[in-house]
Amino acid sequence: MPDKIPADSVGIVTPQVAHFDQALSLSCGLELTQYDLIYETYGTLNAERSNAILICHALSGDHHAAGFHSMDDKKPGWWDSAIGPGKAIDTSRFFVICLNNLGGCGGSTGPTSMNSETGKVWGADFPIVTVEDWVESQARLADTLAIDTFTAIVGGSLGGMQVLQWSIRYPERLKSAVIIASAPKLSTQNIAFNEVARQSISRDPEFHQGDYQAQQTLPKNGLGLARMLGHITYLSTDSLGEKFGRTMRHEEYQYNYDIDFEVESYLRYQGEAFTKRFDANTYMLMTKALDYFDPAAKADGDLAKVLAVAKCDFLLVSFSTDWRFSPERSEEIVDALVKAGKHVSYAKVEASQGHDAFLFPLPRYMAALTGFLNRTHKNLLSHNSKEAK
Amino acid sequence: MRADLDIINEWVQPKSRVLDLGCGEGELLSHIIGSKEVQGYGLEIDAAHINQCIESGVPVLEHDLDKGLGNFDNESFDLVVMTHALQQFRRPDLLLDEMLRVGKECIITFPNFGHWRNRIHLGLKGHMPVSEFLPYNWYDTPNIHFCTFKDFEHLCQEKGIKILRSAAVDGQLRDRWWIKAMPNLFSETAIFHVSR
Repeated sequence: MPDKIPADSVGIVTPQVAHFDQALSLSCGLELTQYDLIYETYGTLNAERSNAILICHALSGDHHAAGFHSMDDKKPGWWDSAIGPGKAIDTSRFFVICLNNLGGCGGSTGPTSMNSETGKVWGADFPIVTVEDWVESQARLADTLAIDTFTAIVGGSLGGMQVLQWSIRYPERLKSAVIIASAPKLSTQNIAFNEVARQSISRDPEFHQGDYQAQQTLPKNGLGLARMLGHITYLSTDSLGEKFGRTMRHEEYQYNYDIDFEVESYLRYQGEAFTKRFDANTYMLMTKALDYFDPAAKADGDLAKVLAVAKCDFLLVSFSTDWRFSPERSEEIVDALVKAGKHVSYAKVEASQGHDAFLFPLPRYMAALTGFLNRTHKNLLSHNSKEAK
Repeated sequence: MRADLDIINEWVQPKSRVLDLGCGEGELLSHIIGSKEVQGYGLEIDAAHINQCIESGVPVLEHDLDKGLGNFDNESFDLVVMTHALQQFRRPDLLLDEMLRVGKECIITFPNFGHWRNRIHLGLKGHMPVSEFLPYNWYDTPNIHFCTFKDFEHLCQEKGIKILRSAAVDGQLRDRWWIKAMPNLFSETAIFHVSR
């Protein structure tokens, strides 16, 4: 609980829900006849409606990116370190929007929602949605907020994939793109990790082919395992080693399968905590969205060709010890953008935290983001003054 | 602007595609993007320089030049520029090959070690030159492959590299008859425009 709201916090925020009646055709061929998107906004939209920044969340994120829901909250939103007055994504200048993606479990329509056609919880019947579908739904949210063009769209990891998709699908609707610790498509190894995560969920006897809610149970063990696996891949060898080493819970080996090493205890805790806030079907679906993303596929793997339509300025950031979305993966996007002649800058930030680094306010990372968005803001002001003339 | 950058600016073709290796804070790029409408990218490894470029809107890519330019296609740039950095690499000759693979043309500037002041330092005083222009001691200098105006001409000759034009500047001075007549002695900075 915050004793008092820090000066650089967006403060107490209240999520809003937008309802959509116009059917959304999905990549899988199905359509959602109606759906809700839950979102939060921080800062003030200017009169020209031109200072909006869209934040795209990653696998386990949601719409609550910054601030507190109440004074009882233990923690602020997931990217509070970067969003707020005076922070890198400066809410005193920008109007920031973050939504929970379709298929999520934070309040947007997803597997835990009621299917109005059947009157039952969607569960496993919720269609698999893709990055492309998310971008469509995000564009519709922008329409309802009467935001024609985002001054920036920002995302890390799976969020970065959405930003990349925006730049290809709606090149006119964003001035700049920030793609952090991301990739133009998953590596085989990444898909393999996701498959193990999905198998650990689907093989949990409590999974019931995804209809666990109807059975009034939860595949906690499977989801916890999936999270444990994911968590290891988000950390670097060094960060895990520095955090726990071979520190033991007891002085002697126990010669049983309970907890000997602190890292075991940590992982069990992380797995357990995750099952209390996240839905197993959503996890299955989000990992599939990751696996399917490959915008270059429609141009025989030529990403530069696909990016030819992009109009925005790009900033890419990677982290030195990230092996889940390694710097080389970001550099594939960078190289394609250079080949396509786009305005792009790239920083590879020294960081010990592995993939997780994208959530830490590392000085160099924040400085790059601040500098890029300062530039975006300057362009915005000069554009506004030109318009005024 | 530095005299050498001024000359490069004159040599750059408008609207060309330019890669600046070791672009620093992006002074040259920022200028030629504005004045010549080039499509420019800088490669840089220093974090502070990278952030400065980002802030001023100069496209900059973090890149360790010691790892080569393998990620760039053959002749994917009209011009590859490298100012005051060639002497800092382990194999300047191989880097030059790479630059001429990626770029149709290259402009290279480097401190001319044959400058008279350096000769006095070494020849009369018996010390490695330390000056305002080359402010390092022999043990902490990043400049590990010094060469002279003439040495570079020789290298180009050996490699069959065409020297399209060259220029020599001394501090802010340029186009003086004595520098033009004896660049190896009077130029502080050598500037070469080369191609295959």
